[in-house]
Amino acid sequence: MSFTSVKELIDQAIENKMSVAEVVLKNESEDLGVDVDSLRQNMQERISIMRDSMEKGLKEEQISPSGLTDGKAFAYEKWRVKNDESLYGKVIARALAVAEVNACMGLIVAAPTAGSCGVLPAVLLTYAEEYHLENRLVDAFFTAGAVGVIIAKNASISGAEGGCQAECGSASAMAAAGLVELEKDRLSPLLLDPVIAMSLQNVLGLVCDPVAGLVEVPCVTRNVMAAVNALSCFTMVKAGLSTPILADETIRAMKEVGDALPDSLKETAKGGIANTPTAKKIASTFLK
Amino acid sequence: MKRDLELSVFDIIGPVMIGPSSSHTAGAVRLGNLARCILGKKPLQARIGLHGSFRDTGKGHGTDKALVAGLLGFHPDDKRIPNAFDLTDGMEVEFFDPELDKTAHPNTVVFNLTSESEKIVLKGASLGGGAIIVDRIDDFPVEITGEYPSLLTVHKDRPGIIQAVSKVLASYSINIAFMKVFRISKGKRALMLIETDQCVPSVAQEEILVQKDIEWVRFVDKISL
Repeated sequence: MSFTSVKELIDQAIENKMSVAEVVLKNESEDLGVDVDSLRQNMQERISIMRDSMEKGLKEEQISPSGLTDGKAFAYEKWRVKNDESLYGKVIARALAVAEVNACMGLIVAAPTAGSCGVLPAVLLTYAEEYHLENRLVDAFFTAGAVGVIIAKNASISGAEGGCQAECGSASAMAAAGLVELEKDRLSPLLLDPVIAMSLQNVLGLVCDPVAGLVEVPCVTRNVMAAVNALSCFTMVKAGLSTPILADETIRAMKEVGDALPDSLKETAKGGIANTPTAKKIASTFLK
Repeated sequence: MKRDLELSVFDIIGPVMIGPSSSHTAGAVRLGNLARCILGKKPLQARIGLHGSFRDTGKGHGTDKALVAGLLGFHPDDKRIPNAFDLTDGMEVEFFDPELDKTAHPNTVVFNLTSESEKIVLKGASLGGGAIIVDRIDDFPVEITGEYPSLLTVHKDRPGIIQAVSKVLASYSINIAFMKVFRISKGKRALMLIETDQCVPSVAQEEILVQKDIEWVRFVDKISL
């Protein structure tokens, strides 16, 4: 994909009276030499895999070899069906489900990474289902993916490079952008800018500090945070709120923050939660 | 990660993979796969050395299973990866600490592989996001990423060899994307890595092998993610 900024993406959509997803699909089709229908088909297959992993995590208790992943999604879902029918309740359950399937060596789609793979399916699939927008899901994932590409080009989507803001933070911004695409009949592409900006600004500085170096604690529940953040920012923007610092400047700030983070907080399991006495004890018990 | 300009939406919404980690699981499968291709067949015996983060957190990430799965020829999205140890079908597997120094990449693996006909030592690393590199084959420093189809030759370091090989490739309409020659010392053995845009068929490989002073030829296709 040739786009390098969010502004460029939005301008193209406005100028050509196209949706952002249509702009992205056209660009990818030219770039990869593959027709638009095949690109859509490929994305549809990835969405099906996401759906499978979501259902697996809700129906089967996911227990990892370390024991750090202990069937949270299963337990939460059991509680939720009796207590919480809200959109947020479903999003929480599903983000947990996909992230736990990942932790237990299940089949997932990295989005943008394996560690943050619960965010996009939880937000986009659930919202589409709730508001009967399933026919727009593929497009929503193209818009979300394009935002991921732009972040990867200007900052990073890797925890080892930029901390968790780069993984769960990027996933959050991508999901929020995907929601704008889902609602394209009611919302202008211009709203992409504030939703991306706001969802990234909320998590700027988030560190990557996995206990024992495993993609489990706090990664699984951080997927929930990122999913709910996406939904909240989208709702705020839909209601007309904004932020003075828009997406491209925020992405540059994210790069700056990522560079400034010490190595101990970038996936090395040497700082943050990973460096607590309990985490060290867990690490030494499991890894020996 | 690919070069910026080549990044596609499918690199971001993807890869489709067995979790939990693109570097420690998906990248490890690809490394195993690349090692198997360089050996040319499934190994009879695999001694696998884990260094750094691969050694320290590999168990929780399923890195051991992923590397073995790769040696068995599985791809990163294969649901059999978690059961790889049960599917070795006679391939002996043993793990060891390669005792590399601190300059080695934290996700480094060393393979000592044995087949019916040859023994090979490879060193490689998982660089993040599923990207990998093999940086040593026996005594030769190399740089193989699995991003392009690659032809490898070991030959006597003398004038004319490169021309002889590229002539064969040209006769099969194979375009060379990148080419590098690695040698240990002048006039001795050298290893040539040719990244191509097309697959090199086995007839072409055989034709290269019979050229004077060429002792080993191997073709490694693009390693999928």
